[in-house]
Amino acid sequence: MPELRMPSLGADMEHGKVVEWLVKPGDYIHKGDLVAAVDTDKTVMDIESFQEGVVAEFLVDIGDTVDVGTPIARITATPAELPPPLTSGANSPDARSPLTAEEPTPAHRSAGSGPAEHDAKVPPPVRHLAHTLGVDVGRISGSGPGGEVVRADVERAAAASVTKAPAAPPVAAEAPAAPAAETHRVRSSPLARRLAAELGVDLHAVTGTGPGGAVTEDDVLSAVPPRGRAPKEQSPNVQGAEKPAEAPPSETPRPEARPKPMAEASGRKQPTAAGGKAESLRQAIGALMSRSKREIPHYYLSTTLDLAAAMAWMQVANQQRPVSSRLVPSALLLKATAIAAKEVPDMNGFFTKGAFQPSNSVHLGVAVALRHGGLVAPALHDAHTLSLDQLMDQLRDLVSRARAGRLQRAEMADPTITVTNLGDLGVESVYGVIYPPQVAMVGFGKVLEQPWAHNGMLGTRHAAIATLSADHRVSDGLRGGRFLARIDELLQKPEEL
Amino acid sequence: MNQQDARQAVEAAIGKVAPDVEPEDLEGSARLRQDLELDSLDFLHLVEVIAGSTGVDIPEADYPAVATVDGLVTYVAGHG
Repeated sequence: MPELRMPSLGADMEHGKVVEWLVKPGDYIHKGDLVAAVDTDKTVMDIESFQEGVVAEFLVDIGDTVDVGTPIARITATPAELPPPLTSGANSPDARSPLTAEEPTPAHRSAGSGPAEHDAKVPPPVRHLAHTLGVDVGRISGSGPGGEVVRADVERAAAASVTKAPAAPPVAAEAPAAPAAETHRVRSSPLARRLAAELGVDLHAVTGTGPGGAVTEDDVLSAVPPRGRAPKEQSPNVQGAEKPAEAPPSETPRPEARPKPMAEASGRKQPTAAGGKAESLRQAIGALMSRSKREIPHYYLSTTLDLAAAMAWMQVANQQRPVSSRLVPSALLLKATAIAAKEVPDMNGFFTKGAFQPSNSVHLGVAVALRHGGLVAPALHDAHTLSLDQLMDQLRDLVSRARAGRLQRAEMADPTITVTNLGDLGVESVYGVIYPPQVAMVGFGKVLEQPWAHNGMLGTRHAAIATLSADHRVSDGLRGGRFLARIDELLQKPEEL
Repeated sequence: MNQQDARQAVEAAIGKVAPDVEPEDLEGSARLRQDLELDSLDFLHLVEVIAGSTGVDIPEADYPAVATVDGLVTYVAGHG
C-alpha cells in the first residue's frame, strides 16, 4: 500500500511538522503534485507526492511532528490499477484495505473508492469543513439521508477526536471503526501524539489509561521525568479554547486542549511563531555548521574577478530593458559559477558514506538571508542550463519565496554547490562554511571600482573578490584555483553566459 | 509630484518590498542597502514598485542618487 512519507528536506533534517494539507482525502494526485506544507527547523516547505493515486487518509494530524521516513498519508492506487475486489486482501497486509472495510461500515468507503463515489456521499461543503477541522470524512458514519455525512457528523468527530473522553459520541474518529488498523498505531489523541513528539516520548512505550487503552496527554506527561518536561505552550495554536461547550466535563479542565488546525497553519505568520522560528533556525544552522567544521577539512582560496566586461555589458543590456527584466550582477556571477562547476566536477556533488559522488547537474544553492535572522540556501535547479533571463527570473522567485518561508522540498534538498553573495551588503570577501554533504561553497564580495593595472597602464575597473571554501577530501588547491580562474574567464565574455 | 506624495509613495513601496522594516526606521537619511538591509534584488523590486505606483522609471545610471530614503523621495518628486 503506497504511503507518503515525511521526506528529508536537507541533510540536517531529522523531523518535520505537517502544518497544512494541500489536498484532501479523495483527491486524485499525480506524481509531483504538492500535497502538504511541512515545517522544518528552517522553513516551511511544500512537499510533493512521489506517487500517483487517490489520497485515502492522513496518518498524522496537522501540528504533528514526526521523524523523516514516517508515513504521513496513505495513497491508494487509481481505480483502474486496483486488483479485483476479491483478491484485495493479499496486497493490503495491514488489513486496512478500503475494499474489505467498505461493506461493514460506511465509515471507510472513502478510502479506496474513486473521487466520484466519495463525492456522492460527502457534499463538498461538508468535506471542506472536515478538512478545516482536520477530520477524515472517510472515518465518520454519516447520519444524513442514505448515510450521507452531514455537518453535524463532522463537528462531532472533530470534538471527539480532541476530547477522547468517555462521553465522546459514537462516531469517535479513531474508535471502533478500524480495530485492525491499530496494530501498528498506538491509539492516542492528537494532542497526546503531538506532545509525545515534542517530548521525544515513544508512544509504544506508554501505557494508555484513556478509553480503549488510548494514550492520553497525561499518560505522555507521566512518561517523562519531570525535568525533561518542556513547557506545553510551545506553539501559538494551543491557546484558544475553541469549543469549551462541547468538551465533556473532565477532572482536569484543559483550556488549551483544542488543537486548531487553521491557527496552526497560519501560526507561522504570528510574531511569536516568527521568534520561535528564528531560534530553531539558529539552532539548525549551528548544528549543521558545527558538523561541517568537524567533518570537512576546508581549504580556502580567493581571487579578484575582473568585472569590467561583465558590468559594461550588463549596463548596456539593462538600458534597453524595462525594470522588470533588468539584471543584477549576482545573476552573472551565479551563471558563471554554475558553468564552472559543471566543468570542474570536483566542486559539484555530495560527499556521503566516505566517498564523493559528483553530480551531472548543477543545482546551485543560493544563500538567502532572512529578515528575522538566519539564512536558507535553496537551489536553482540546473542553473548551468538556464539563460541569464531565466536564471534572473528564478532567482527573484526563489528569494521571495525563501523570505516568505515557502519553498519546495527539492529546492532545499538538492543543492550540489552553494553560493553566498554577502557583497550585496557591503563586505569585500566572505569565506563560507561548506553546507554538508556538499563539497564547495563560493563567496562573492562587493562589486567595487578598483585601481587596476592592465598592459602597463593603471586604470579603474569594476572588480569583486571571489572566494572558494572547498573540501580537501575531494579536491586540492590546484583544482580549486582552476575553478575560480574559470569563473573569471567566463565573466570576460558576458554575452555568452 | 510634490515632496509629500513622493514620500508616501516611497514609504509604501519600501513597506511592500520589505514588510518588516519598521516605519520609525524610515528616516530620511537611512541608506536603503546598509541601514534597511535591502539587497540588490530587493532594490530592483523597489524600483519596479515605484515605477508601477508613480510612473517614475529610475534608470540604472541614476541608482547612486537614490541610495537613501531622502534621495529616493527627491528623485521621485523631481521626475514624477
